[in-house]
Amino acid sequence: MKKLINAPETVLADALAGFAAAHPELTVDQENRVITRSGRPATPKVALISGGGSGHEPLHGGFVGPGMLDAACPGEVFTSPVPDQLLAAAQAVHSGAGVVFVVKNYTGDVMNFELAAELAADEGIEVRTVLVNDDVAVEDSTWTAGRRGTGATVLVEKIAGALAERGADLDRVAALGDRVNAASRSFAIALTAATVPAAGKPGFDLPENEIEVGVGIHGEPGRRREPLRPAAELAAEVVDTILADHHLSAGDEVIALLNGLGGTPLIELYVLYGAVADRLAGQGIRIARNLVGNYVTSLDMAGFSLTLTKADPELLELWDAPVATPALRWS
Amino acid sequence: MDTTLAHTWLRAVAAAVEQRQQELTELDAAIGDGDHGSNLHRGFTAVLPAIEGLGSAGEVLTKAGSTLISKVGGASGPLYGKAFRAMGSALTEGGDFGSALAAGLAAIEKLGGAAPGDKTIVDAWAPALAAFERTGSYADAAAAAEQGALDTVPLQARKGRASYLGPRSIGHQDPGATSTALILRALADSAPGPV
Repeated sequence: MKKLINAPETVLADALAGFAAAHPELTVDQENRVITRSGRPATPKVALISGGGSGHEPLHGGFVGPGMLDAACPGEVFTSPVPDQLLAAAQAVHSGAGVVFVVKNYTGDVMNFELAAELAADEGIEVRTVLVNDDVAVEDSTWTAGRRGTGATVLVEKIAGALAERGADLDRVAALGDRVNAASRSFAIALTAATVPAAGKPGFDLPENEIEVGVGIHGEPGRRREPLRPAAELAAEVVDTILADHHLSAGDEVIALLNGLGGTPLIELYVLYGAVADRLAGQGIRIARNLVGNYVTSLDMAGFSLTLTKADPELLELWDAPVATPALRWS
Repeated sequence: MDTTLAHTWLRAVAAAVEQRQQELTELDAAIGDGDHGSNLHRGFTAVLPAIEGLGSAGEVLTKAGSTLISKVGGASGPLYGKAFRAMGSALTEGGDFGSALAAGLAAIEKLGGAAPGDKTIVDAWAPALAAFERTGSYADAAAAAEQGALDTVPLQARKGRASYLGPRSIGHQDPGATSTALILRALADSAPGPV
């Protein structure tokens, strides 16, 4: 393992110290491991809090700021945050209008957020939970833990965050988060496995010229292995896999997130994005907005995910609303 | 279970987790995300100072559970945390260790929704409970948990992160069932022989 770290056990603490130094406009509680906006809102607003294992940067800390999250709680690498941490975040940013937890659908995340919601309720803080489960690689059935939350998390946090910024009430913000999730589907392909610092070696061995299809963002292996093929073919397969599940039809508009998993150069993401755009155009589907880059990563995993969110005027207008966070910023 | 045994047990768990951290992590890397060993190590390392000086077995197990919930994260933190808290409550209410094991299993099943055969902690815990109820022996409970962990190898995971692999989870031993066997083996080693 070759990594730019001091020691595996101090990665998170060291990264949080660096994040705090890089972003003085945010407040980093290094003891509780909570990143918040500085200062409480002048008038009560619904607070959006997310969190999850570390190793997915810029998710979630990079999305804290006006127009998006109020707080983020990073757990250990690939390990969900703990309830006390989430409660500390809720107490830090709650301004009387309630709290929305944005939770990616993983067993550990769901349990820890659920325990935190109970603790918050004991403190008189009203909590709604938006569960993100957009990964079509997993069949949502009694045979699995349900679909994983991946790229759609960024869209949920951006769009629900914009609505919260405008003073919408708790139920409306949570309902919009659910709506964005329901309108989103994702699928990912990996070229290499991720190496968790504490484990010291890749999560799985992938021979040269083989890819892992249908991976998640935690270094776990995917559904199957295939030989590597040209990017255009992979992009087309990913688009087709999503469309088979998504019920988009000609004339529809989407927001497309072509996301790097951490170890893929931007030039390759653009190669893929061109093929994605072609494939969608061939189906008569228009990309109304897009993001190309590293937004929901899996440490050093090489590969990409595609998220397609069916757009409508309300979602696009909220997507375009101003946002000022470390990783997403426009006015 | 007396207070001394509760303390000895948790020290033995912490030592065993430290010793077998790598093995747990490797089992988890095969079908999960490779952090089970380091997560439990962090958790049980934090448990030892937290339970220092506590004067009843019920308090010790309850505090151990709260500490695991606060320190571990992931699925194993809440699951083992709730289980130890439930065991502690059962002992505090005057129950014997069999009723504590039963309460622990009920807490795990309630929070995680897993049933026997789903390739989870339950597959070690449930046979251990059955064995203990039959013979009242910690050693029998540990042996049953170890057999239960081995028996997860041919199963396809239906809960937790390994379930994403579908049939590819078959052929691997479940890390959660393995750590449950480790925890109960540590108990048997702390108090050999029948209760």
